[in-house]
Amino acid sequence: MNAVNAAVEPVEPVEPAEPVVPVAVPDVPEAGTLHGCPFGESLGAAVVHCNRDQYLDLCSALEADGYALPVGVTGVDYLTHPGRDLPEGILAERFEVVVELLSLADHKRVRVRCQVPGDDPRLPTLFGVWPGTEAHERETYDMFGIEFQGHPDPSRILMPEEWEGHPLRKDYDTGHVPVQFKEAPH
Amino acid sequence: MSDIESPRKVTLVDRLLGRIPPGGAQLTELLENKTDEGIQEMAPRSRTSARELELESGSVLRLPEGVELNRADIDIETPEEESMILNLGPSHPSTHGVLRVMVEIDGETVLRSKPVIGYLHTGMEKTAEELMYHQGSTNVTRMDYLAPFFNELAFCLSVEKLLDIEIPPRATWIRMLMCEFNRISSHFLWLATNSADLGALNMLVYGWREREMVLAFFEKVTGLRMNHNYFRPGGVAADLPDGWHDDALALCQAIPRRMDEYDDLLTGQPILQKRLQGVGPLDAETAIGLGVTGPLLRSTGVAWDLRRDEPYLAYDDVDFDVIVGTSGDCWDRYAIRFNEIRESVRIIEQIVDMVPPGDFRTQDKKITPPPRNRIDESMEALIHHFKLYTEGFRVPTGEAYVPIESPRGESGCYIVSDGTSRPYRMHMRAASFANLQAMAPLAKGALLADTIAIVSTIDPVLGDVDR
Repeated sequence: MNAVNAAVEPVEPVEPAEPVVPVAVPDVPEAGTLHGCPFGESLGAAVVHCNRDQYLDLCSALEADGYALPVGVTGVDYLTHPGRDLPEGILAERFEVVVELLSLADHKRVRVRCQVPGDDPRLPTLFGVWPGTEAHERETYDMFGIEFQGHPDPSRILMPEEWEGHPLRKDYDTGHVPVQFKEAPH
Repeated sequence: MSDIESPRKVTLVDRLLGRIPPGGAQLTELLENKTDEGIQEMAPRSRTSARELELESGSVLRLPEGVELNRADIDIETPEEESMILNLGPSHPSTHGVLRVMVEIDGETVLRSKPVIGYLHTGMEKTAEELMYHQGSTNVTRMDYLAPFFNELAFCLSVEKLLDIEIPPRATWIRMLMCEFNRISSHFLWLATNSADLGALNMLVYGWREREMVLAFFEKVTGLRMNHNYFRPGGVAADLPDGWHDDALALCQAIPRRMDEYDDLLTGQPILQKRLQGVGPLDAETAIGLGVTGPLLRSTGVAWDLRRDEPYLAYDDVDFDVIVGTSGDCWDRYAIRFNEIRESVRIIEQIVDMVPPGDFRTQDKKITPPPRNRIDESMEALIHHFKLYTEGFRVPTGEAYVPIESPRGESGCYIVSDGTSRPYRMHMRAASFANLQAMAPLAKGALLADTIAIVSTIDPVLGDVDR
C-alpha cells in the first residue's frame, strides 16, 4: 500500500489547471454591464436591464453565453407603480417584459428586464433564439397586449379568441358583485 | 310479426347457431327486406361465403415475412394528399383534463398537432393581485391541483425572499416531508392514468388507491385532501399531528412493497413495453431549447434536478439519486417517474428522523398572527390578529423569482412587490405549460394511438397549464 501511495504522490501536487474562464468571476457583480446593458442584482438574482432596441441582440448574446434553457417570458404592467429602481440609462416605460434564463452547464440564472412603451407595445420575438419561448410569448400577448413581431402564431392562448382587452393590464378592471346589506328577514 | 306463421319463436340460441326454425325462411326474408340497406342483423354463420371468411380471418391480406407492403398493391383508393383534421378533446378521457389537441392525420399517422389550451383559465394571476400575501397560498394551491404543496412552496419561498426572513428549521423539514409525499401522490396518479390510457385498467384502480393512502395522511395533517393552504409565508399553518411519525413510516413501508408489485405487473408486460418503448423520443438539445424541465428533461439524459442542482429547503442534507434516462422515449419517462416514487420514499425515511423540534412558524409578529387561544385572553393579541387579517403585512418593494422542482419540472413564482400588502404582480412559471410545448414535435409522425401515450407521459395538469 505504501509503495502504491509513494508512487502516486509525486503526481498529486499537480493541481488541476485553472479553467480558461475563471470560475471565480463574481456571479452577481454589484454593478456593471453585460453585453452593453446595465447589469445588477435583485435579491441575489442576476438581472440585466435593456431597452427595446437592445433586446434581441442581448438575448442572442446570452444564448451564445450558454443560457440554453428559456425558463419563461412574462410581462409586468407598471402603470400604477411607476417609481421603481432602474439603473442609469434605462428609461422606465409602462410595460416590462421579463425573461428568465438558465444555464444548465454553469448552474446560473439571469433575468432580462426589457422596457416596452405603453403607447407602442411591440417587441421582436425570441422564437428564433429559443423555440421554447413560443407559448410564453403568446401568453404575454394575451395578458398584456404586447405584440411579438415575427412570432409564428401571434394569437391568444388562454382567453377566447374573440375576447376584448388584455386582462393583466392594470387598467383592465375586474368585475365586482356588490355586497348588499339588507335588513334581517323578519 | 303476426303475418308470419311461425311454430315457435326464434331464440337467441337459434341465431347464434344459425339455425332457421320451420317458417323462419320467411322471417329472414322479411328482415332482409326491412331496410334500404338490406339485412340489419348478422346473417347466420352458414351463409358466410368462403371469400368473406378469408377476408375476415386476414388470410387474404396476410403477407409472407420480409415482404414489404406496397401501398399501390392494395386496390383500395388512398389519395396521397388526403389528410384529416381531428380534435382530441377538450373532453377526452386520455387528455387528463380539458386539453384539446388538434391533429392532422393521414390515415393513422399524425402529420401535425397543436395543443389548444385555455379551457380551465380562471385568471388566478389576476386574482392574486387582489389577495393579500397571507391569502395567496389559498389561490395558488389550486393551480397544479395534483401537486398543491409545490405551488404553495414556490409562492411562500418567493414571499419569504422578498421579506428576507428565515423560517424555523422545523417548518423547513415539514415542508420537505409534505412535498415528497405530494410527489409520490402525484406520480401515483400519473401511473394510474397513464396505465389506463394504455389499456392497463387494473393499474388505474391501484394507482388511485395508493394515492388515496397518501391523501389520507395529508388530510390528517392539513385537514384537506387537496388544496391544502398549509404552507404560509413564514412557515406552515399547523404543527404535525400526534402520531405523524408512525403514519409516515407506515406509508414508507407500504409503498415500496406495492411498487415491487406494480413493477411485476407493468414493467415486464409486453403490451406496455410495446406501447412505450421507442415511442415519442426526445433529444436533449430539443428539450432544452423548448424549455422543458422535470422528468421529461431527465429522460433525455440531462441530469437536472433543482433539489440537487439548486438546493432549496434542506435538500442538501438528504441523500437521494437523480433518476436519468437515456433515449428520452415514453418508456424512459415511465421508468423515471416510477423510480422517483422510490427515491421520494428514501428521502422521507431520512426526513422522518431529522424533523427537529421547535417552532413551525416564524416568531416574527409582523407576519405570524397570534395563536387562537391567545386571542381569548389578550386584548393586544385580538387587535394584532384583527390588524393582520384586515390589512395584511407589508412586503418591501422588489421582485423575486424562486424556482422549485415540482413533480412536473420547474415551478417558479415571480412576484413584484410595490411595498403594499398585496402582490403587484404574481406570475407562476408552470412546468406543465412549458412542457406542453414538447407535444407537437413529439407527436409529429407518430401514430394516433401513440399520441395518447405521448400526452400521457408529458403529464400535463391542465390547472397548471391554464391557471
